[in-house]
Amino acid sequence: MSDTVTPARYSWGGDEHIFVELAEEMSLQANFRAMAITTSLCEERPDGILEICPANASYQVRYDPDVLEPTVLLAQLQEIEKKVGDASDFSLSTRVVEIPVLYQDPWTTETLLRFRDRHQDPDATDIEYAARINGLAGPAEFIVEHTGSPWFTSMVGFVAGLPFMFQMVPRDRQLVVPKYLRPRTDTPKQTVGHGGCFGCIYSVRGAGGYQMFGVTPAPIYDPLQASPDFADFMVYMRPGDIVSFRAIDRDEYEDTLKIVEDHDYRIRSRDVDFGLQPFLDDSDGFNARLLEVLRAD
Amino acid sequence: MPIEVRKPGLSTTVQDTGRNGYYDVGIPPSGALDQFSLTTANLLVGNAPDAAALECVYMGPELHFTEDAVVAVTGAELPPRVNGEERPRWEAFAVSAGDTLDFGFVKGGARAYVAVGGGVDVPVVLGSRSTYGLGALGGVEGRPLVAGDVLPVGAGSGGAGRSVPEELRPALSKEVEVRVVMGLYDHVLSPEGRERFLKTTWTLTPVADRVGFRYKGGELQTVDRTPPFGAGQDPSNIVDAPYPIGSIQVPGGVEPIILHRDAVSGGGYMMIATVISGDLDVVAQSAPNTQTRFVEVSLDDALAARRDYKARGRRVAELLA
Repeated sequence: MSDTVTPARYSWGGDEHIFVELAEEMSLQANFRAMAITTSLCEERPDGILEICPANASYQVRYDPDVLEPTVLLAQLQEIEKKVGDASDFSLSTRVVEIPVLYQDPWTTETLLRFRDRHQDPDATDIEYAARINGLAGPAEFIVEHTGSPWFTSMVGFVAGLPFMFQMVPRDRQLVVPKYLRPRTDTPKQTVGHGGCFGCIYSVRGAGGYQMFGVTPAPIYDPLQASPDFADFMVYMRPGDIVSFRAIDRDEYEDTLKIVEDHDYRIRSRDVDFGLQPFLDDSDGFNARLLEVLRAD
Repeated sequence: MPIEVRKPGLSTTVQDTGRNGYYDVGIPPSGALDQFSLTTANLLVGNAPDAAALECVYMGPELHFTEDAVVAVTGAELPPRVNGEERPRWEAFAVSAGDTLDFGFVKGGARAYVAVGGGVDVPVVLGSRSTYGLGALGGVEGRPLVAGDVLPVGAGSGGAGRSVPEELRPALSKEVEVRVVMGLYDHVLSPEGRERFLKTTWTLTPVADRVGFRYKGGELQTVDRTPPFGAGQDPSNIVDAPYPIGSIQVPGGVEPIILHRDAVSGGGYMMIATVISGDLDVVAQSAPNTQTRFVEVSLDDALAARRDYKARGRRVAELLA
């Protein structure tokens, strides 16, 4: 695998940031390098570091140059890059979580109809369009693909607690859709979206450019920390979380919402270890085992 | 000794010097967009420089004081009035119990800072009192002030009368230069596109808030490029990546956007430059239609500018100590 590793590209982001691109294209391998390097930097954490942000195929460090010399930090990052290599021996103690989704729900449907003038295909809904351009017969077949294999959380951000997720299937089976021609000014809270090769869950209501397929009743951001899932922190999703979507009907959506409103809801979650090489060796088998762990008991 | 909000102004928020350490989950630093004006307002009333104050955009609030207080107003030229009588800016003045503080029309700049002796004492969330609106976090219920809000104020120790001399106050202009370090994805621009970015006089649009400032002034050519796998279809798309605070992105090659302290933390549009930290104050004081030139500097120049900026802060701190 090491012969496929391209050297990282380092760039200054003004006087307080170093931006590091590990690969131009998205891949689980690039994401794993970003996670391995930032994990190592978190452990070393030299004085003057303000933020360490792992991302899909890149990462960024914000620092105080009055405390930490930019060139010293750069050299340290290059050193860690060398040490991490292709990250094939890096493994994660993480979780597999289940996110229930009401696909083709009334709220995202109403919203997407309001912004048809910004869409590639004004005569179709987002999911109809996504199914068509991915060579699938229609929404039902699309949902089978979307729920069929789990997704790897490769970045958290944009707004507070929003996960970017990369489906754990070979590239030729990835669902790929363009972003809206021009971003919407509105997206319902907890919309399940997709742009490029990335799935996402909009943690809060707001602007957005990803295609909208449905909505989850499960909150993933709670600044008031009122429910048990948020006892420790207001953000639920973390880089490395493995997500499985499960299609639900309107009745289950409403029932779940009641539990959420009573602050009794918990996202189904099980601890798992994830290493890149075992996954790459047999991805379908690995995924099947993940879902067994998730759905046992 | 609380302050009652009679009228909220256009968009008034509680801000301090911001929160660090949560950008990796999409929570930006927030804090005053014009940090020099915030810290100076605090020093004028005898607060620690990082105390929480009010950031007022274009139009000030109307505040009713229930106890005596010391107040200072810095930043935009937004004239303060106590019971209708004008007070100086960049100078600490006394307000008595029962007084009303409001503001005249803005004459320059965009954001004024109102510091009160003792600081605005809303709860600290993730290490800061700053309001982050997109995440409904910090400040007063995570949102701009509304009429009827009551602002708790800490115990103050400063007196009235201290002021900042004219030469230490930032210039407010409708024509500004903003220094940038080029980089990130500037290689996606064609050489002509890159040159045009630096030669154009850009006009700030009304789309200018704590998240970002959007400019118009023409289209920037990109190189002939097929976006990499996962990025999307537009030549300006990248695989979603972290956005530096102050980074300039150009979706579709039109209308550059400077991300400020409530930045979205990442996304899929090419960033081509980053505003140097001190010049984020200049951006903060830009009102719509401000004519803006982006001036390329090296990292060394940026660090030298940072030292100058810090030195000005120290001069003010010594003066007001």
